[in-house]
Amino acid sequence: MPEQTFILNGKPVTVDVEDDVRVLWVLRDVLGVTGPKYGCGINVCKACTCHINGRAFNPCSVRVGDLKPNDRVTTIEGLADTADGELHPMQQAWLDNDVSQCGYCQPGQIMAAVALVKKVRREGREITEDDLDHIRNICRCGTYSRIREAIEQGARNM
Amino acid sequence: MSDPTMDSERTQAPASERSGFNRRKFFGYVIGGTTLIAAADIALAEPAKAAIPSPPQIPEIYDLNDLLTTATLPTANLITVTINEDGTASFALPRAEVGQGITTSTAMLIAEELDIPVEKVKVTLADARPELLFNQLTGGSNTTISTFTPIRVAAAVARNALLDAAAILLGDEVNRLITKAGAVLAPNGRSVSYGELAKHAAAPKTKKVEVELKDVSKFTVIGTEQKRIDARDAVTGRKVFTMDLKVDDALPTMLCRPPTLNGKPVKLLNEAEITSMPGVTDVAMVDTGVAVRARTFGQCIDAIRAMKVEWRDGPVAGESDEDIVRKLRQAEVPLPKISELGLDKLKLGPINLNLVKSIDADFLFYFRSNSALDTNAAIADVRSDRAEIWASLKSPIVAQQTIAQELGLPQNKVKVHVVQGGGSFGRKLFFDAALEAAKVSKAMGKPVKLMWHRADDARVGRMHPMATSRVRALYLGTQVLGFVQNHTSIETDFRHGLGELITAHVADLPTGLGNFGFAETIFALTQEIPYNFGVVNQTLVETDDRFNTGSMRNIYSPDVRTAAELVVDQLAAAMGLDPLTFRRKFLKDKRVLACLNKVAEVGKWGRPLPKGMAQGIAIHKEYKSASACLVEIDCRPETVGRDIPNAVTGPRVTKAVYAIDIGLAINPTGLRAQMLSGINDGIALALTSSMHLRDGHFLEASWDNYFYTRQWNTPPEVNIIVMPSDAKTPGGAGEAGVAASMAAVACAYARATGKVPDYFPINHRDPLAFRPKPFVPPVPASPTNGLKLTY
Ligand code: FES
Ligand code: FES
Repeated sequence: MPEQTFILNGKPVTVDVEDDVRVLWVLRDVLGVTGPKYGCGINVCKACTCHINGRAFNPCSVRVGDLKPNDRVTTIEGLADTADGELHPMQQAWLDNDVSQCGYCQPGQIMAAVALVKKVRREGREITEDDLDHIRNICRCGTYSRIREAIEQGARNM
Repeated sequence: MSDPTMDSERTQAPASERSGFNRRKFFGYVIGGTTLIAAADIALAEPAKAAIPSPPQIPEIYDLNDLLTTATLPTANLITVTINEDGTASFALPRAEVGQGITTSTAMLIAEELDIPVEKVKVTLADARPELLFNQLTGGSNTTISTFTPIRVAAAVARNALLDAAAILLGDEVNRLITKAGAVLAPNGRSVSYGELAKHAAAPKTKKVEVELKDVSKFTVIGTEQKRIDARDAVTGRKVFTMDLKVDDALPTMLCRPPTLNGKPVKLLNEAEITSMPGVTDVAMVDTGVAVRARTFGQCIDAIRAMKVEWRDGPVAGESDEDIVRKLRQAEVPLPKISELGLDKLKLGPINLNLVKSIDADFLFYFRSNSALDTNAAIADVRSDRAEIWASLKSPIVAQQTIAQELGLPQNKVKVHVVQGGGSFGRKLFFDAALEAAKVSKAMGKPVKLMWHRADDARVGRMHPMATSRVRALYLGTQVLGFVQNHTSIETDFRHGLGELITAHVADLPTGLGNFGFAETIFALTQEIPYNFGVVNQTLVETDDRFNTGSMRNIYSPDVRTAAELVVDQLAAAMGLDPLTFRRKFLKDKRVLACLNKVAEVGKWGRPLPKGMAQGIAIHKEYKSASACLVEIDCRPETVGRDIPNAVTGPRVTKAVYAIDIGLAINPTGLRAQMLSGINDGIALALTSSMHLRDGHFLEASWDNYFYTRQWNTPPEVNIIVMPSDAKTPGGAGEAGVAASMAAVACAYARATGKVPDYFPINHRDPLAFRPKPFVPPVPASPTNGLKLTY
């Protein structure tokens, strides 16, 4: 079985698994990292959203063999370490706004929110209502309004 | 737990009684053990008394919650609060937390009576406890109503025992001590923490004690804003759902399912090929499909896609929406004629029937999915002499019984653990995944972690049945003489315990209900027209049991209420009254009226809006709660046609104002969260979300097929008002936000477009907004282009 190496939450990991297994299952089933959730497996629900080299990606739609040894994968478990403080400002904003209901979608929502803020900053602007309207992450508990408020707060503190 | 044996009665009043407030006394128990365990009988709640339900409609006197609460009475079983040496209190709640916030509200009840910070209360979910009979069913928004008293009694018993122990330790009299923030304080400034007292307060033998609960006016925790106790776990990825559990050797397992709904597998034609695929360990056929167990779920998906299976068609093979609509229409009973309504009973004097006008309306509601984001999942470890199951289960006892029967094991050899669920919406009342996992584990002889693919969860999972609702409203001048509503539905499956519960409690039901079937009973116990409309009559007919249905959040109410409120708007128009004025004139319930007035004021009812935009207003009364919703909708072409890839945009609800009177609100923050959730459900039900049956199967297989509300649909402006209440008991909250929201959106849409829709959701007959995924293989391949889509 091929060896797969990448950097997970700041530490290099090596696993024996076939090239075409999607990263989501390598994280969850092989490495036991269960923060990223399964909601569809086809890059629709966004519950599995994580970061690769600081940008949002959906590990259900990436073959582990396509990761390079120096690719940095960050899951919700490693997000706090990418900023100062015990929690990432976006996680704190989630707590302050009591966003979660069942919580199943929320790791993905937070990872997507952080990437979105960084993306608009790269574009030299701040988050707009239109940006928020375009977030694809589903929340079947319907926490959308609180998500919007939390993103605005989180962005202010990022 | 063994039955408590009583050895002494405690009659000493708690210290707090000197305050002179009238408090309610209850008996509880201190359980013999090495640390302090306080208990109360979970059947402590008091149900309403039944009465002859005429002329008021049944739910005004005795509703579904009274039945659920009554059902808890015959069991004499204990729930326990344990004080731990680390100063925390722990409690195993015999209900399922699926997002509705009951672990948080339960922690608040305990914190209140125990005088301990909320964060020191650890609430877990109890395993299936068959001795609780009907008292471990999470449904009908009943959790808080039925557990409000017993949980507080157990906490109060614990507090008294801690006081007694502290009195000895501190050398002071009990009535001079106070409890505060998890410690007992003496007047001389000395204090001792609950953690230190836990052992000292332990009882050598179980004893029965009397306690008095805090008066509502003294509450300092109940009624305050409290964030969820699991919020930190949720935002750090530590919250554990079924799929996240680590159970030894329970490898990923999935099923290849039939191409027609509820078809059956006949034979796997390429077993050797499948078992030699990478990662695959086992293959087995069960009645619902062909199961595969592998090292990763990805390899299960690959194996399913490679399977060649011979299938037998399911019972709706070849049928489509139109065929089912036709069946429903055939099952409808005619609406009564004016002369059959018994208007003479109204004692209005002689009525010239020729002058009575009628409004007839007919609405069709398509199938809808209650799939949660956390798909059906369960872990099963079945051995020859025992079995262990993990799943998010709202009816764990029925699950345990059914699984035991299926496996041929005694019920007490099947251990059932209840896991937190990632949403339910009625779905987790059923235990489809747990039963299936048990069968697969038995067939393979190994532990399995079974997951339903999203495509299966949407297509084969439980659904809200298709239904029609016909209304005939009769009026004369400015009086409404009669309002008749006949609801006709594809059968709703209640075989998850609610049905058995009704059978067991027929005798407790109001006169006349005893002869009804399950569905009719639940309909009669939940539906009500809260207006002064003369002769009022609502009935249900159900037909066709071939579908996988269930009581989706709020069961019949969203559809029934939407149909009724649309007709209310038509009555208002016929009398030349504005929808708000009309409702103010005819509403018979003060709490509903207060909610209505509140949303009208906050939402600025009647404010000018551009053409193509409109407000809608609607009310609802159920689960001992009253609510009203005002929305504004934008149906202008530039909004309806806004382009978002792979999305249904359409009319946008731009503002939602919701007022809820739930009685005593334990946690207003949690209540508002439930209402926001209900608003988004109501929007989806009215505008975007439905299942299309075509040629024997449902087409929708992903969240970009089944259009639940998304960020581009959700209202940018939401205002939720928790109405002040002097009630001393809580109402139900989990479902109370859906019906008025759906109805308000429907009414607003009708006013904005000048066209009253006759089917829902309004986009159901539009050209499909997606390309249906194949049925063979039943699950789509995971894409590989994710690295091209980073942002
Ligand atoms: S599971 Fe990855 S997007 Fe849905
Ligand atoms: S919080 Fe439940 S799906 Fe978003």
